[in-house]
Amino acid sequence: MTLSLEIYRSVPRYLAARAVGGKLPGMLAGPVAALRLVHRSEPVIDRPGWARITPRLSGVCGSDLTTIAGRSSFYFTALVSMPFVPGHEVVGDLLEACEDLAAGTRVVLDPVLACAARGVEPACEPCARGERGLCERVTGGHLGAGLQTGYCDDTGGGWSQMLTAHRSQLHTIPDGMSDEDAVMVEPLACAIHAVRRANVPRDADVLVAGAGTVGLLTTLALKAETEAARVIVVAKHKHQADLAREFGADEIVSPDQALGSIRRSTGAFRLHPERSGPFLLGGVDVAFDAAGSKSTLDLALRSTKARGTVVLAGMPAKADLTPAWFRELTLTGAYSGAGCFADAIEMAAGNNVGRLVGAAYPLERWREAIDHALEAGRLGTVKVVFKPEGPRALKSGGVQ
Amino acid sequence: MSRPGFVLEVDERTPPILFHHGENFRLEKLPLGSRVVYGPDPLPGIGDVDAAIEHALLNPLGMEPLPSLLRPGMRLTIAFDDISLPLPQMRTPDIRGRIIEHVLRHAARAGVDDVRLYVANSLHRRMTAAEIKRAVGERVFRSFWPDALQNHDAEDRDNLAYLGKTEHGEDVEINKHAAESDLLVYVNINLVSMDGGHKSVAVGLGSYRSVKPHHNVETMLQSKSYMDPRHSALHRSCDRMGKIVEKTVKIFHIETTLNNRAFGAPFEFLQKREWEWTLKDQAAYFAAKRANDRTPVKTRRAMFHKIAAPYGLTGIAAGDVDEVHTVTLERVHRQQIVEVDGQADVLVAGLPYIGPYNVNSIMNPILAVCEGLGYFFNMYRGKPLVRQGGVMIMFHPVRNEFHSLHHPSYIDFFEQVLSVSTDPETIQAKFEQQFAEDEWYRHLYRTGYAYHGVHPFYMWYWASHAMAHLGDVIYVGGDRSTVARLGFRSATTLADALDMASETAGRSPRITAMRTPPLWLAEVR
Repeated sequence: MTLSLEIYRSVPRYLAARAVGGKLPGMLAGPVAALRLVHRSEPVIDRPGWARITPRLSGVCGSDLTTIAGRSSFYFTALVSMPFVPGHEVVGDLLEACEDLAAGTRVVLDPVLACAARGVEPACEPCARGERGLCERVTGGHLGAGLQTGYCDDTGGGWSQMLTAHRSQLHTIPDGMSDEDAVMVEPLACAIHAVRRANVPRDADVLVAGAGTVGLLTTLALKAETEAARVIVVAKHKHQADLAREFGADEIVSPDQALGSIRRSTGAFRLHPERSGPFLLGGVDVAFDAAGSKSTLDLALRSTKARGTVVLAGMPAKADLTPAWFRELTLTGAYSGAGCFADAIEMAAGNNVGRLVGAAYPLERWREAIDHALEAGRLGTVKVVFKPEGPRALKSGGVQ
Repeated sequence: MSRPGFVLEVDERTPPILFHHGENFRLEKLPLGSRVVYGPDPLPGIGDVDAAIEHALLNPLGMEPLPSLLRPGMRLTIAFDDISLPLPQMRTPDIRGRIIEHVLRHAARAGVDDVRLYVANSLHRRMTAAEIKRAVGERVFRSFWPDALQNHDAEDRDNLAYLGKTEHGEDVEINKHAAESDLLVYVNINLVSMDGGHKSVAVGLGSYRSVKPHHNVETMLQSKSYMDPRHSALHRSCDRMGKIVEKTVKIFHIETTLNNRAFGAPFEFLQKREWEWTLKDQAAYFAAKRANDRTPVKTRRAMFHKIAAPYGLTGIAAGDVDEVHTVTLERVHRQQIVEVDGQADVLVAGLPYIGPYNVNSIMNPILAVCEGLGYFFNMYRGKPLVRQGGVMIMFHPVRNEFHSLHHPSYIDFFEQVLSVSTDPETIQAKFEQQFAEDEWYRHLYRTGYAYHGVHPFYMWYWASHAMAHLGDVIYVGGDRSTVARLGFRSATTLADALDMASETAGRSPRITAMRTPPLWLAEVR
């Protein structure tokens, strides 16, 4: 048996979380959320290329919190298998050898459960092209439905003492890299992918709406990978602003001043419609919604110039899409980090991204951890992680 | 016979002194030995204003009478001061309208058909139709608005004429229609000695290009004070520009001076010295104060801005710009000069609800700085009222409140610029051009009722001499975080402010209080 945090099906809790989660986030970690600490059977998939991993650190992602709060789109219900163990930002140790990787190897997880992991042959068209993040068989093969590890009942997830992963999901990391840096590799890979999806033109004005993990890492990736003239980051809290500056932001603005500041920087016109928020005619070339909230997506849509690009770097909220129509914006999704892990590992090693990890909790203190993650911005934290104390592989090949 | 201004030394019998506090007033007991400066009583107004106007037009200084300058087929432009003068607005009929009526009558008699009128609003906001109608009178408005009576547009490239550079390299650019006229008649109201002279046309009908050479920190730091044209680099620059303008267009300059009767009933007590308050005045004060305290700010503001002053005309002169302005300054000084011996360590002033740039609007924090450190501080000739390194204490609520229609660039100035620096030179170097050339501000200035994008910078520059001179600035009753953003300190009471000032001015400072209204100009010896 292995100690795990499990999201389970409960209509009353789902409704309660949805009703009060936004107003009373503290309730989510209390009696409301459909999340529980349980002893589950060890996740074992007895097929070639699979191995068990014991997580060292496993991050709490914004999408996990959205799910716990009952705020995810019903779109996802067909892409998960209940009950599941969340946690897809994982650095851990292999408990047994996995093809070319020896037991005890420290790895990070690319959580996408694509054709190779599912044993689907022939692979779907995107997987055949090497774009695993776009896999069209995420509900097929020998696994239950699950777009990623952390949403699939069969594989387990990072918020546990043990999960199982396929060789196609594993990336080794340099010995010198800290666990904190390593646990940030998956979100960093997502950020790099989002930046590449944007095709940022040279000398572009770029907006990053949100300065949590996604926003900060997107800023880092933008400065490393593009020749943008100016990266404007919207930061709500002081520590976020300080980190954004360290990660290379050219301009940092608070949410209430963002539109005005973008207007000034880009020389746009600002209009005030009736019964709606203001918007710009003109604005940035590319905007990233890096928080997935209504306000950040609205800001991105309303401050991007005609024929500009809005990248959905976080799981999006509902928003008024009129600007996308009127300004002929390109809405670009950026879902996973598949294909960017090698670059993410390199970038993580050189930029001390592990400093974003502000608190690590054992699984038993999950209520505090979720509480902390929900209030991370206010409490001066960017990333909260779990530190499950699971079994470790012995050099002799056994399990401790 | 009007009494001159005087300086009162506070003793045990001195009643509390009245100060403005934005859209409110307060009575403050000043420490013993403090000095309170009172302005002269209002000079008597001219009885027959129309006769005085006609006399000025027919007997100009240094020029031929107006009728002899008018002929059929000529192009005549009449420009007049905008809503920034006088303060508060005067009771109707406005002197500008009365003068314009006379000028137009002469023009009609001479057969002049091509007449156009411009509000000389420079980079100020456009006046609304109702405001213009109030200034020029119903008949002129009905005859000329909107085709031949307009606000000057300092961003209309098609209607600006570049006239050249002064010997100091200052660009001169003014309203093209005015520049190409056969005669330009300018109608001014000279409320303070900063106004009028060559500044009227060069600035009032100028563009950013031609305002920039003197509306900057360097010029302000060399204008000690800008209320004293003899020692003002601002005025020297305007004079140089005026000479260039005069080479292009003939100017018939008309200047008027008003007495300082800014408030009539029921606010007459504001004008009176406290120990002379009758029972009726005391009742009026307490009633006004009680009502004020219980009224929402917006209502209070609307009510105060409706006050129209019962000014009396003390003089009118017309003709050559320099000769007219010399006479005007003498008249302004006769009404406003108060002799004050020596400088103080601490200067205390109450800032009113109104300044030149918030008529029918909000005195936002930037304007509160300009009002206090710009206008009040500079109301001197000779030496400032407060010594170098001294402290200025002002009463004003300094709310974080802006008029989004009139002052959009002020909001951005407060949020963006002041969060980076409050140093005028740094601000000028780093941000002025960006704001001045911002297309959105241009659009709002040209099509809405917004001050030009660069205007908040000028407000800040206006205060630069005081900022360089003073050791500390304290706003009593000011919103703490807003005042902090401005780079100053706030105090709850005058006693607290004096306590704070003691760090700079010592434990027994010499205190001078500016009692206004009425407005006055200190001759500091």
